[in-house]
Amino acid sequence: MSALPTRDGLAAAGSANALELRGVSRLFGALAALSDITLSVRPGERRAVLGSNGAGKTTLFNCITGDFAPSSGVIRFFGEDVTAFPPQERIRRGLRRTYQISSLFTGLSVIDNVYLACRGVSRNRFSLRRPRRDDTLSHAAQSLVDAVHLTAVKDRLVGELAYGQQRQLEIALALSGAPRFILFDEPAAGLSPTERRDLVHILTSLPAHIGYIIIEHDMDVALRVVESVTMMHNGRIFKEGPPAEIESDPEVQELYLGGAHG
Amino acid sequence: MAIADPRPVIDVPRPRESLSELLARQGTGFWVVVVLLLVMPALANPFWLVQIVAYAMILGMIALSLMFLGGYGGIVSLVQMTVAAFAAYLVAILGDSAITQISMKWPWWMAVPVAVVLATAFGTLSGALSVRTEGIYTIMITLAIASAFYYLCLQNYTIFNGFSGFNGVLPPVFLGVNWGESIPFYYLALVCTALSYWAVVYCARAPFGLALQGTRDNPRRMAALGFDVVAHRIAAYAFASVIAAFAGVLLVWYQRQVSPGTAGIGPVVDILIIAVVGGLSRPIGPFVGALVYVVLRTFSLDLLTAAGLDGRRYQLVIGAGFLAIVLFSPDGLVGIWQRLRERHRRSREAKAAEMRIGGGEP
Repeated sequence: MSALPTRDGLAAAGSANALELRGVSRLFGALAALSDITLSVRPGERRAVLGSNGAGKTTLFNCITGDFAPSSGVIRFFGEDVTAFPPQERIRRGLRRTYQISSLFTGLSVIDNVYLACRGVSRNRFSLRRPRRDDTLSHAAQSLVDAVHLTAVKDRLVGELAYGQQRQLEIALALSGAPRFILFDEPAAGLSPTERRDLVHILTSLPAHIGYIIIEHDMDVALRVVESVTMMHNGRIFKEGPPAEIESDPEVQELYLGGAHG
Repeated sequence: MAIADPRPVIDVPRPRESLSELLARQGTGFWVVVVLLLVMPALANPFWLVQIVAYAMILGMIALSLMFLGGYGGIVSLVQMTVAAFAAYLVAILGDSAITQISMKWPWWMAVPVAVVLATAFGTLSGALSVRTEGIYTIMITLAIASAFYYLCLQNYTIFNGFSGFNGVLPPVFLGVNWGESIPFYYLALVCTALSYWAVVYCARAPFGLALQGTRDNPRRMAALGFDVVAHRIAAYAFASVIAAFAGVLLVWYQRQVSPGTAGIGPVVDILIIAVVGGLSRPIGPFVGALVYVVLRTFSLDLLTAAGLDGRRYQLVIGAGFLAIVLFSPDGLVGIWQRLRERHRRSREAKAAEMRIGGGEP
């Protein structure tokens, strides 16, 4: 069954990094959105990717998930070379992502959105049999809806939800199935202070084996939920280190923090 | 164009239910139509029974296959009529017809399954060719396939018998019934229609249908959830082609002949018109559209002559009707019906609310 990691993939997973990029570049015409990115993230590690607009953060995510193929370089996921894999094959191996601009099925209800996400990483994606209410996947969908505090609106159409609720649903979709590594693309963008606190709570209470990379402009959120930080600038990795070090780095302050406030 | 963004009413996966619940869930309107269709032979003469209602059901099935692709998958395929015509040709070629030098005279129970399987394979293949494109490009590719098939039929004499096609294709006689007679043929068409309607309604609520609606709303996200969008779309073509192929078998038995005209660009576009006029948002839409189309086509000649106009201009009436419906209701006749019902419901609720307020005052 192609949806499951191969034996090699599993064997390698014991020692390998959750995510490993070697010399990944992505050109858009003459513009190098990413140049020569080399990055390793351990299983369970939580990392922030920071950088100004146009630094290549979302392009990095798109290359990792396979939305775009990188122009050159190798991407390994738990030791397995996934560079040539289509997105769905990477997702079935435990990679998940959320989108900067909510990318949901607005014509479907909340529970159906989550149900689809659970179905996408299970078998029988082509099933013609209707689910029963006590079906395992329906159960999984229900508990995910509960986990992101959307129980009260589970039968509403997603198009009718408030913005913050849609962001929470984005996260629920990324948690479906058995995620091993998640990419969060600006999950706090547009959220109220209360919703940001909820978000931090959701992120910090994820099971320890689930690692993630988070792109986030809000330092209060980003630096509280990660153990390491990668700074990007003009498509290159500019600096890596623990949050405290990055925060106090004068170059970083000038380039990013200073620039953002100036 | 109005067909660019069809948003059907979404069907939620439901738990299985008992028969009585099922009876209650469908509105009274549904059961009135069922009973009416069942007793139709007692009410209507053979002309109405076969030339109007059965013919509308056959065209409706072909349009239903387009509605499934368009409404749930966001795929506008012009190849559905071609799939039906291919199945019709195969029944004539493999089975019996007046063109004895080509027809292979297989019994119907061999010819029909083979015709359906081959036509389905043809439809699936067309889907596989066009499925990586979107919107207008899908229309162009499927139109190209449809025209290629039309010209193949027109110019090939060894298999498709060129311009004249095949005549004398008779419906079979089995179980002691001649299925070419009005009443048996009507019931045959009714059973096929009911089965295909049920199949579409059922499939739309099954995980496969739900995923198909997901690929319509947001294909990129579907891939990011682990779905193979291309495979889902090709599977949708296969499902739709089965329905179109069965309709093609009925069509050749109804017409008792098949010729390149059956697969021409006119009929291909007519199916699109039927589906859009009826409404792409619900499986019942194509049948409503087909009934209106057949009635207009049959009677506009008399209507125009009565109005002192040239009867041959019946296409004008159909065209004007199409324009009016697309202008005033992008989701077709079914959309108009739904809006009327919604308005009625709202005014009733408003009235009830008024009564409550009125009742609250001393």
